[in-house]
Amino acid sequence: MIKVENLVKTYGETQAVNDISFHVKKGEIFAFLGPNGAGKTTTIKMLTTLLRPTSGSVFIDGLDPATHQNEVRQRFGIVFQDPSLDDELTAWENMDLHGALYGVTRKLRGERTEMLLRLFELWDRRNDQVKKFSGGMRRRLEIARGLLHTPKIIFLDEPTLGLDPQTRNQLWTQVKTLNEQEQVTVFLTTHYMEEADRVAQRIAIIDHGRIVAQGTSAELKRQTDTETLEQAFLALTGSSIRAEGADSADAMRNMAKMWRKPR
Amino acid sequence: MNTIYVLWLRQLKRYSRSRARIIASLGQPLLYLLGLGFGFSHVFEKAGQGNYIQFLSPGMVAMTILFTSIFSGIELIFDRQFGFLKEMLVAPVPRLLIMIGRTLGGATVAMIQGLIVAVICLFAGFRPSFASIPAALVFMLLMAILFTALGTAIASVLSDFQGFQMIMNFLVMPIFFLSGALFPLNNVPVPMAVLAAIDPLSYGVDGLRTALIGTSHFGMSLDFLVLVVLSAVFLVIGGRLFSRIQL
Repeated sequence: MIKVENLVKTYGETQAVNDISFHVKKGEIFAFLGPNGAGKTTTIKMLTTLLRPTSGSVFIDGLDPATHQNEVRQRFGIVFQDPSLDDELTAWENMDLHGALYGVTRKLRGERTEMLLRLFELWDRRNDQVKKFSGGMRRRLEIARGLLHTPKIIFLDEPTLGLDPQTRNQLWTQVKTLNEQEQVTVFLTTHYMEEADRVAQRIAIIDHGRIVAQGTSAELKRQTDTETLEQAFLALTGSSIRAEGADSADAMRNMAKMWRKPR
Repeated sequence: MNTIYVLWLRQLKRYSRSRARIIASLGQPLLYLLGLGFGFSHVFEKAGQGNYIQFLSPGMVAMTILFTSIFSGIELIFDRQFGFLKEMLVAPVPRLLIMIGRTLGGATVAMIQGLIVAVICLFAGFRPSFASIPAALVFMLLMAILFTALGTAIASVLSDFQGFQMIMNFLVMPIFFLSGALFPLNNVPVPMAVLAAIDPLSYGVDGLRTALIGTSHFGMSLDFLVLVVLSAVFLVIGGRLFSRIQL
């Protein structure tokens, strides 16, 4: 479903992604792990048509995102690291707008919106403006929205960041349910190793723009001779803390926080 | 087509839900109308230029459209900050359609605000010729599209609000003050006349004034031509810049 070969992205002198290759099979849950600044988000951006690779090839369901932008966009749903909902609109309106943009017919839009909002337990709040939602509800709504157009792949970029364990647990259960029901391929990133261990069938670990290991959780543990995935992760990527410069997006995120009403 | 419609509708929903914004954006023209309109009407009449409220009202409508349109375009920065821009950029639709939908939505909002101010002007004593209202609406719409597209173009290259104040001070306010919205452009000094002639709003104000009260500076057909050409130009530029946005 996703095929990446010798993918490279350079910004001037720095190599954000340095010659990575991996495959994700149809219906698989694939975790892409790595410390901050390892190249996860850059890779996701290249897979999702938002960024052009410097070299190497990407195929999403057999199509190149660089040349078949809209066909590829139709095939995936994405939940970004930071929110991307319209706060002024209601949950229903956010779903409906998404469906219309993806060319889902009105009837199907209604049916899928109801099914997904019920699954993610937001149906009772469908007519409330998103600005009244808690962090967990927003995340659930984003995932529901990403799945509305029945994509073949859903990208989840740190979807559980800042959520409490209960919400995280429930969220993954719901994602797994959909993965089984609709055969949607899940490509996720997270910093919570136990989550990756629990939901992902296969894992790739990226560091300094290179994939340092990939395989099932058991394989990674065996390879590093460790007990838990977290230990395996640390063994592979070292324990030094990564320096990550604040870019303008981070500055904006902070601004956005300032603008938002404290809850 | 559907893309344009849903994004147009989104702008209208956002507008109708922010009452604070509606009221705040009406405060300014109201203040100008009271302060300048009633303050200067005596002097204006003494100078042999006729009724100042009559002269000023089309200018106030144009001003409202200018401010609302530019703001609607600049709202794109909000979309960037609050993240909705990303949702639009990964959607499987041409970015040009997204930009057009947003622009028409913003332009519609600006039209509504302009109409509200026009009604307020009626209460202040403005007496337009009602026969030419269709022509006036055309000029309002052209101004709304032109400036929303300009705002969108600007917002496409700004990544945050740091530059917003500068845009207001060095672009929007000069566009407003040099346009002849507040005073007649006949007999102004040459440098001023030149600046007014390159100010797109001058043509909007003039067209509106010609339609509503029958006094003209550039002539209605020139006004129309300039606005149509500039709207097209800004739509193309805005569309280009919007398509180039990278996250």
